[in-house]
Amino acid sequence: MTTARAAAILLSKELRLEFRTRELLTTTIVFALVVVVLFSFAFEPTTAESRRYGPGLLWIAFLFAGSLMLNPSFAREQSNDTLDALRMAPISPFAILLGKMLANFIFLAIAEAILVPVFGVLYNVSFVAVAGRLIFVLALGTLGLVVTGTVFSSISAHARMRELLLPLLLLPILTPLLIASVEATARLLTDPPELDRTWVAFLAGFDIVFMTASWLLSDYLVEE
Amino acid sequence: MKGRVTFALIASALMVFGGYAALYIAPDEKTMHAIQRIFYFHVPNGICSFIAFFIVFIANFAYLATRRPKWDWLGVAGAEVGVACSTIVLITGPIWAHPVWGIWWTWDARLTSTFVLWLLYTAYLLLRGFLDDPQRKAMFSAVFGIFAFLDVPLVYFSNRLWRTQHPQPVILGGANSGLDPTMGKVLLLCWVAVACIMAIAIADRYRLERLRYEYEELRFEVESRGTDARTQVEERR
Repeated sequence: MTTARAAAILLSKELRLEFRTRELLTTTIVFALVVVVLFSFAFEPTTAESRRYGPGLLWIAFLFAGSLMLNPSFAREQSNDTLDALRMAPISPFAILLGKMLANFIFLAIAEAILVPVFGVLYNVSFVAVAGRLIFVLALGTLGLVVTGTVFSSISAHARMRELLLPLLLLPILTPLLIASVEATARLLTDPPELDRTWVAFLAGFDIVFMTASWLLSDYLVEE
Repeated sequence: MKGRVTFALIASALMVFGGYAALYIAPDEKTMHAIQRIFYFHVPNGICSFIAFFIVFIANFAYLATRRPKWDWLGVAGAEVGVACSTIVLITGPIWAHPVWGIWWTWDARLTSTFVLWLLYTAYLLLRGFLDDPQRKAMFSAVFGIFAFLDVPLVYFSNRLWRTQHPQPVILGGANSGLDPTMGKVLLLCWVAVACIMAIAIADRYRLERLRYEYEELRFEVESRGTDARTQVEERR
């Protein structure tokens, strides 16, 4: 079986599992909303300030929500030892990682699709004019987040205190991604909006580096 | 054993002489005066932390390639010493910056990168603490270490693009840069002293980790024999 086909099957399994309960999605979305609401209490921003700090706030919310959401990705395979079953399947270990990365990408993308418009309404920032470019930046940033996040979720699943450990591993690694995503998003809110080539290229580079690394190291990650 | 003691004595002598040279032999800096002398301690530790983290990367890579536990011992030794060195860098930096820049800290490319580097390798050490199975600990921390190392240039370049304030490299920084020859010699001496201490610390930590590993192996063997004996006794009953 090709890696792509195996990953597609695993993806459909992850989606089916999640949409039966929608536990992960609801908690992630509500958590991110709480962060966005708390922002207004902490800073009382004006519209101009929201445009200035909004991109940073949004990405912080995505990063925190992601580091919460990615935890069960591998941890929930443990209660019934289903990871062993996956390992025994005649597929490449990278397919297991890839299927989970794609599923996590979809979950986080759904959360973002809800969160961004809500943020726009609450803080009076319009994203309509730049929707296409914003989706492009969000996709690149989210990809980097879920690639590293899924890899670290497979590591932290075996550790004690894994819920605490995952953000600790993930967030420092993601600092370059945070800077690049925030800068690229902020450029879209300036007048006139522009797609900053440097930061977009940087994000693409980040995604490629860590996607390649997880492909090369997948044998070790999914092994016994 | 004797060799190690001699080496430690040489390193201490170098360190004492390096301290003396930094305080009394090196000429006074034109604008910063005495506070500039912390540079003889700050820079060597910075270089040593990079060397230590590079050793961690090599060890991680070698562990994944060979699966021999000795590379894991080297990895943890390098990471602990590297974190210690960069802690010194992060403490001496603000002590210098406060009188010279007027602020303790700024979110400049190098400062931020060093801080993130410190966080990454602290996370590496924490991760090891939370993984119980020794083989898993070695393998997962090696994978994490490689990810962390790949992240270092990305952290640096993202911050560089973002903002920068740290003094540009003085030694190889271009046309108008350069160090007074005496200052250069003192810096080299201090660097050799710190590097020797780093080497001793890594070697000692490596030995400690090896002992710990052997102890765990022995304990495991004793325990499994104990269980075997107990089951045999029970079976006989």
